[in-house]
Amino acid sequence: MIENNPDPMLPEIFEVKRLQRETADTFTLELTRPGGAAEFSFAPGQFNMLYAFGRGEAPISISGAPARSDTLVHTVRNVGNVTRAICKSRPGAKLGVRGPFGAPWPVAEMAGQDVVIVAGGLGLAPLRPAIYHFLEHRADYGNFELIYGARTPADLLYRRELERWRGRFDFRVHATVDTAGADWRGGVGVVTTVIPRARFDPANTIALVCGPQLMMRYTVMELLGRGLTPAQIYVSMERHMKCGLGLCGHCQWGPFFVCKDGPVFRYDTVKDWFERREV
Amino acid sequence: MATPVPVGANLVIEATDFPQLLAAVDRLGYQMVGPTLRDGHLIYGDLTGVADLPAGWTDEQEAGAFRLKRRDDQALFGYGVGQQSWKQFLFPPHHLLWRAARRGDDFQMIPPAEAVPRYAFIGVRSCDLHAMAVQDRVFLQGRHVDPVYQVRREQAFILAVNCGGQGCGTCFCVSMGTGPRATFGFDLALTEVLPEGKHYFLVEVGTDRGAGVLQAVPQRAAGAAEIAAAASVVAATAANLGRQLDTQGVKELLYRSYEHPRWDEVAARCLNCGNCTWVCPTCFCHTIEDVTDLTGMVAERWRRQDVCFTVDYSYLHGGSIRPSPRSRYRQWLTHKLATWFDQFGCSGCVGCGRCITWCPVGIDITEEIRAIRETEASLKETEHGDL
Repeated sequence: MIENNPDPMLPEIFEVKRLQRETADTFTLELTRPGGAAEFSFAPGQFNMLYAFGRGEAPISISGAPARSDTLVHTVRNVGNVTRAICKSRPGAKLGVRGPFGAPWPVAEMAGQDVVIVAGGLGLAPLRPAIYHFLEHRADYGNFELIYGARTPADLLYRRELERWRGRFDFRVHATVDTAGADWRGGVGVVTTVIPRARFDPANTIALVCGPQLMMRYTVMELLGRGLTPAQIYVSMERHMKCGLGLCGHCQWGPFFVCKDGPVFRYDTVKDWFERREV
Repeated sequence: MATPVPVGANLVIEATDFPQLLAAVDRLGYQMVGPTLRDGHLIYGDLTGVADLPAGWTDEQEAGAFRLKRRDDQALFGYGVGQQSWKQFLFPPHHLLWRAARRGDDFQMIPPAEAVPRYAFIGVRSCDLHAMAVQDRVFLQGRHVDPVYQVRREQAFILAVNCGGQGCGTCFCVSMGTGPRATFGFDLALTEVLPEGKHYFLVEVGTDRGAGVLQAVPQRAAGAAEIAAAASVVAATAANLGRQLDTQGVKELLYRSYEHPRWDEVAARCLNCGNCTWVCPTCFCHTIEDVTDLTGMVAERWRRQDVCFTVDYSYLHGGSIRPSPRSRYRQWLTHKLATWFDQFGCSGCVGCGRCITWCPVGIDITEEIRAIRETEASLKETEHGDL
């Protein structure tokens, strides 16, 4: 009934398979179609609208591997009525899913180039599917740098995975936090302080950036300072969204609808709007 | 009656025979809606026949003012557009999208099984035909099609009326290239002509469906004099509009003017009430409301027309993207006349003047654009002077 329904506002029901706590308020959910029906295909950087029965709907990035499309993975921070209900789902619970929506990271066009990923806080979630893609097709890409910043060590997402990635010889991972206790042996400082140490050939690099808008703004400035052009930088934007279809109007950002023209934008196409306030 | 009339034909229907035209539309099973008076307001409501039309009424419109007045004739369409537009029928302002029923941990979706109304719109003005075309681009011609709008739009029968020079105190359709003569998007288009003692309608046939309706209505081929008389009615209207808007380079003007001081000035007057968005025939923003009944076992999703003038509209965790009234008015006006072009390839304003008439403090979109345009040069000079 729902599978064939042409109504894009009608969610499809998924079942919560696993729920894993990432930080004090952030959880990663694995969803499957009940009965193990058809796979869910998406591109890295896209998002779904997740619906908690009776509570409402929220746009949530897909954070799982694109190649493992039998499970749909989302990392959700409990910040409001809807996300609280989603984070409280137990295995077996049902959630509504609409999607996938939005423009993805340009992982295919990046082949042959150095990759720089700069993520802040929850911004690592929409980048993880791209990271999985790069790992799976490691030989297709040049040098790889992941710069990840969080407020404290306890706020780092996917910590075990980060440590595993850091152990690879072909994958440089920099984790940095704003503040830490004496037991933290990693870096302290905002992500922009790490960018000067990142290894890449500015003539042959694509940078993917996702995090709070202020963090992205300074990251872009730093990357431009390292010799990247605006067309070599991609940012993922966030706005209030109700429909995901480009119809409700809420996610407007100047001439763009973040839900359908973004959330991933090549920086040169949006730079006039990026620093305008209250747009 | 006689053989079918071809699309594009001009016919004359006498006012005394006009009731038969509505009766013929009614017989096809449409739900007829059109201008009517209710509680002293000119609205679009259900019509059962000609008696429901505001015969002999006209209106005066100015910024922040709308008054109904008596005419000294019995014109059926002798007024302008009121506060409502056809948007409310094609894009219902409050609409149930679906229900869902819970069973334990599980729930099931229940798509709505509503009967979709088949509307006949009686008395659609040219600006509103353009507004429908604008909303077609939004709801039908993008990546995602809105099924609620689509089915209503495709089924609607449209009887257009060319404006007769009344109630256009806040109109600027000529500036926007959207009127006053209906040129597309209708089944039939009327021009109401009332020369000395006579009262007839010149009818232009837009579709075969429109021609079919005419089969049952007494009519005759229009003579050159009648066609000319109708044309002069429309020409007089075009010369009688209360407002003008210079659209030359308006998108670029607004893109250059994000920090123009005029936004502060208009924000000091703007009440952020959103009236302009409610009455605008192209504003399409809506919100989604998910609710449950008291038992928590049945959930519903409603779509509700929304207003970009609220703080909540752009709320993101941590606060609103547009916390200041200045930024919200700027968003609305810039959307209408600038970003809309990039989003949908057309203007978001059709010059109907409703936002001017129904603004409680009389903010005038044409005046705001004029103020920004006229002061842009002097601002530049000041900037250079400061350097």
